[in-house]
Amino acid sequence: MEEKDNKKDSIYLKLMPYIEKYGILLLLVLMILVMHILQPDVFLSWRNVTNVFKQISWQSMLALGVFMVIVTAGIDLSVGSIMMLSLMVLAIVAKAGAPWFIVVITPLIAGFLCGLFNGAGITLLRMPHPFIMTLGTLYIFRGTGNLISGGTPISGFTDEVRYLGHGRIDLTWLGLEKSQYLPVSLVLIAVVYIIFWFFLNHSRTGKWIYAIGGNPSAARASGINVNKILIIVYSLCGFLSGIGALILAGRTDSGYPNAGLQSELDAIAACIIGGASFFGGRGTVLGVFAGVMIMGILRNGLNLMDVSSFWQQVLIGSIIVIAVYIDVLRRDLGTRK
Amino acid sequence: MSTLNNPLLEAKGITKYFGTITALENVDLKVHAGECLGVVGDNGAGKSTLMKVLSGLYKPSSGSLYFQGKEKILESPKDSQNLGLEMVYQDLALAGNLPIGENIFLGREPTKNVGFLKFLDFNRIKELTNAHLGKLKINVKSSDQKVEELSGGQRQAVAIARSTAFNAKVVIMDEPTAALAIKEVGKVLDLINSLKKTGVGVIVISHRMDDIFSVCDRVMALFQGTNFAESELSNTSRDEVIGWIMGKK
Repeated sequence: MEEKDNKKDSIYLKLMPYIEKYGILLLLVLMILVMHILQPDVFLSWRNVTNVFKQISWQSMLALGVFMVIVTAGIDLSVGSIMMLSLMVLAIVAKAGAPWFIVVITPLIAGFLCGLFNGAGITLLRMPHPFIMTLGTLYIFRGTGNLISGGTPISGFTDEVRYLGHGRIDLTWLGLEKSQYLPVSLVLIAVVYIIFWFFLNHSRTGKWIYAIGGNPSAARASGINVNKILIIVYSLCGFLSGIGALILAGRTDSGYPNAGLQSELDAIAACIIGGASFFGGRGTVLGVFAGVMIMGILRNGLNLMDVSSFWQQVLIGSIIVIAVYIDVLRRDLGTRK
Repeated sequence: MSTLNNPLLEAKGITKYFGTITALENVDLKVHAGECLGVVGDNGAGKSTLMKVLSGLYKPSSGSLYFQGKEKILESPKDSQNLGLEMVYQDLALAGNLPIGENIFLGREPTKNVGFLKFLDFNRIKELTNAHLGKLKINVKSSDQKVEELSGGQRQAVAIARSTAFNAKVVIMDEPTAALAIKEVGKVLDLINSLKKTGVGVIVISHRMDDIFSVCDRVMALFQGTNFAESELSNTSRDEVIGWIMGKK
């Protein structure tokens, strides 16, 4: 055939996977460098780095859940409300004097059930789009959280309950100082992300999640039970929001009505910045992590430089638009017409 | 050709209603091993509905299906796949975001056990894909290429490869050349001919007389949801078949 065409193709074929996989990491490294140059004394200090990880800890759970949903070409607007409801359930159970091992699983169960409700609504009630179902449950779950708690904060948890969000892993045995500890939440992020990376890339169900996002009718024709997979995805998204609630409970030592307000938008933004495509079927776990980190570092860096939070909003918004434009360009390059 | 033997797949008296609409009425169809049956008909004649009944996507309102002489009830595409009945859909039914190999094995991925967990066996997928594409003489740069990077003809070839990767006995193709550039049509038709040689029964639904007359052994026409005419290809002509499509004998 046309030799020139072939040559052009082969360059795309060689480069595209790498750009798709690692382009976002490049951006992250670049940002870290810029912040380091702007704030050489503070930004890469132990204290500040662990601080960034503590700040992004619960958002990273919501983002991972929303990411899986976005891969199926869906959306979950209710993750912030799921987290708040799970947090309130946890607070109430804790206040009722339940032992800590009961308290720590309640938000996970509550989150899972909320996600199951979303998934069942989207598939069994045949909602025209997940946007509508999860917009509804965004209100329903937060309202329920306020109803069961009376709309007031509930504070004071035991150390065991707070461990994942607030615990510290001592590193003095490595010859480090007492202040140079590892937040437990950082370890948790790593463990959860690695598990979900394996799940999405190396299990059949994970592959089918991508296939549904790529072409739902192809998935159906291949004998994949699309509704079942969607219910699993939304349930896992709720479960991850429940983990987010557990982390937040540790960090703030409190269940409060405004927990996770608008955090669904942060979660979606992190996915989009990280290269997940709203058309479904595209995006990586590593990308989501980079997306969460980019938003966390941006906020942290701008705070360090004492930039107004209004500018933070403008910058994050701009990054979303630019990231999606890059996605559009990438689709033009990667797809034959 | 083995028309004298028992048919591999036979449908008898298939009727399908959608509410008050009768899409198919008392339709019979049969195909033998190594034979290619052409199904023609105008838009709305019921070709696609018949195919979806054969694939288990639709349940017939009445009528029965026989596979290798035994009556079968298909509840889902999985059931028809298990029998060795495979579909190649007009819209190709491939996930563009996945590589060729993973599309071919979509829904039936080989796995390996690591402890109690099952992981996808990517090496095996690649191995099987290369062997299978080689058998069908389908040339692609790499089985890791994403399907969305392929041309229409290559995608159709992948769709056909997909349908035959699991010892298919009957392959049903809906307009296999409709979306293709002219130079790619020939390759797909060659592929159909080589499938027949391996003993697969092929059903081709097509508007294109060129397709029908270059690969089929027998042709049947549907008209307004019913059997209208049927003939060995050697006993008919293009003009006659075109007439059947328009409801003239």
